[in-house]
Amino acid sequence: MEKQNYKKIVDRHKPTEDRLMNAIVAFFIGGLIGAIGQLLIEFYSSWLQIPTQEASSFMIVTLIFVSCLFTALGFFDKWVTFAKCGLIIPITGFAHSMMSSGMEYKHEGPIFGVGANLFKLAGSVILYGIVAAWFFGMIRYFFLGGV
Amino acid sequence: MTFTYDDVYINFYSTVGGPYEKDGPLGKNLDKVYTNLYAGEKTWEQAEVKMLSDSIDVVLKKSRKDSSDIDLLISGDLLNQVTASSYSALKFNIPFFGIYGACSSSVEGIILMSSLIDGKKVKNGIVSVSSHNMSSEKQFRNPTEYGAPKPKTATFTSTGGASVLLSNQKGKIRVESSTIGKVVDMDQTDPFNMGGAMACSAGDTIYKHLKDMKRSINDYDLILTGDLGRYGKEILIDYMKEEYKIELGKNYDDSGTMLYDLNKQEEVLAGASGPLCIAMVSYSDILPKLEKGVFKRVLLVATGALFSPTFVYQHKPIYSISHAVSLEVNK
Repeated sequence: MEKQNYKKIVDRHKPTEDRLMNAIVAFFIGGLIGAIGQLLIEFYSSWLQIPTQEASSFMIVTLIFVSCLFTALGFFDKWVTFAKCGLIIPITGFAHSMMSSGMEYKHEGPIFGVGANLFKLAGSVILYGIVAAWFFGMIRYFFLGGV
Repeated sequence: MTFTYDDVYINFYSTVGGPYEKDGPLGKNLDKVYTNLYAGEKTWEQAEVKMLSDSIDVVLKKSRKDSSDIDLLISGDLLNQVTASSYSALKFNIPFFGIYGACSSSVEGIILMSSLIDGKKVKNGIVSVSSHNMSSEKQFRNPTEYGAPKPKTATFTSTGGASVLLSNQKGKIRVESSTIGKVVDMDQTDPFNMGGAMACSAGDTIYKHLKDMKRSINDYDLILTGDLGRYGKEILIDYMKEEYKIELGKNYDDSGTMLYDLNKQEEVLAGASGPLCIAMVSYSDILPKLEKGVFKRVLLVATGALFSPTFVYQHKPIYSISHAVSLEVNK
């Protein structure tokens, strides 16, 4: 059989993924994370009298800590499977990707295990994040007068 | 290439499973189950070694043989460098072959062993396979705690070990013939749709077997493919119809759809996979039915997807291979 014809059979039996539902779930869960973040900033700035700028750093640290803790306790992966990009795109997903890699390779030791694999998933995000930041920083410097 | 055998029999077999297999429809038939994926070990890989060597222990115990009575051990798994098999083999001190045919390893092993027994090179031997959901996820996909969403066509690697003792001693089940498959490329690139990648090779091997043995599909009470899963099974049915004009009917099933309850165990998505899948379904369900006379003759077609993460990242297609072995009730 020609590869093209076989491909047609395979495509015929490919179930449709419910993209709309996935998007709706991700939208609301992602929004919820954003709302929690905002509440944390309000909490830190109005209750603990921390300047708003610093309070947002506190908020990020809190979210990272909580998602790492939930990953370590073993149920965050089930939440990610359900909420998909709702939890992967915010900072929670970044923390979770590093924590899960670290947990996975702890038995291979601190160097060849955790050290070598901690950024297995997050490494690309960091690398291209830095490259993009440099690129846009240059545009800002040369074309927008550095403002 | 198709062989026929005169004096090769299956007398004893064993299955050791994990928690998901225990909750599946065949759970009550398994010889031993672990309710924890670590099976009392520190790592996933070591848990796989434990389950595999447990299955060899069980088959030795059932046959009341000591490991020194066994001429040869052939074993396969998915871990890098077939390590689950070699690390299990140490304690038994039996001459050993480690084989890799991805998820077709179980039948590949049975074919090799049957040929050696039929050729009178060995009197008996154990063929084992293992896989572990978590060790495979770690090796082929993402860290196990990551829980990345997968499409519906993805399959769920089964956990445990399964062994079968083949010998020239007459028994109820006879290994009757076998067909060695060829590597097939149908330009499939999606590692989350292995059923699609493997269905073509299963079809080719079934056709070749029937042609070489001058039989039709109805000469078998059951044709069981390896781990095509829910969608791969549909693809194979269509492929056989369009390419070979063969209708796979009620006597066809896929072990990927039998090991788990696809409606209740939703996490398995399209069904079970792994070298263990067809071995576990056969040894816990099909072989007992052959012994009881429910089936007279069955064809096991183990399907393997031949790829590695490296080749997938290098944009190479996923090849596949299928081997078939025909078992019948010894008259």
